[in-house]
Amino acid sequence: MKFAILIHGAPYSHQASRSGYLFTRAALAMGHEIYRVFFYHDGVYNANQSSVAPQDEADIQNEWATLGKEHQLDMVICISSSLRRGMLDATEAERYEKTGISVSPQFNVSGLGQLIDAGINADRLITFGA
Amino acid sequence: MSRILFVMTHSPGTINAQEGFDALLMGSAFANCSALFLGQGLYQLINSQNREPIGGKNYTLGFAALHDYGVQNIYGSRSQLEDTILSPDDFCINVELLADDKVNRLFDSHDTILTF
Repeated sequence: MKFAILIHGAPYSHQASRSGYLFTRAALAMGHEIYRVFFYHDGVYNANQSSVAPQDEADIQNEWATLGKEHQLDMVICISSSLRRGMLDATEAERYEKTGISVSPQFNVSGLGQLIDAGINADRLITFGA
Repeated sequence: MSRILFVMTHSPGTINAQEGFDALLMGSAFANCSALFLGQGLYQLINSQNREPIGGKNYTLGFAALHDYGVQNIYGSRSQLEDTILSPDDFCINVELLADDKVNRLFDSHDTILTF
């Protein structure tokens, strides 16, 4: 099965992110393909490379980045959602003359077309909402 | 062409509603899109709303352009509308109100469901 994953929730604020992560990890372990993970709304905060997790809690952002690296996942955060929330990669930080790069290099900043494409080309699009 | 159903469930003051509309416009460029307004989402359709004084964007003005974007089918839940104080006269666009069984059939007749 070819899955696309849509994450609407910020880490720690809602269960959506963690459940989406666990689903993605389980699907990969069972041999399924992950076509893309798309982060929308507050879900873009999952790409924040500056977060520091409490020692006795799951390191949600880092685990997303690690999973993406291990499996070469196409993880995309919506550019319009990201900009208004201060989630900037190097290109956007330079474009808008902001200091600091907040987006982990495991994530791509791209447009909503990537979400629609995932909905069309994956066998199943699974939404983890908030 | 792929059929995508956009389900709008959040009230107009939320970012889910505003970014959901953005996604609907984008989707209309690539797929055959329909919109379904449920629950609190029905309040997005109110004609006489102005969010600018409270720092919001009047993104619902864009609903009038949905036809031009090729979004022909805009639905609402009749039973859930009856739970509100709204009537179709309050809406800024024409919405086809559906009974619950037809709402369920709508989910079956689309390839992808995106809920906002």
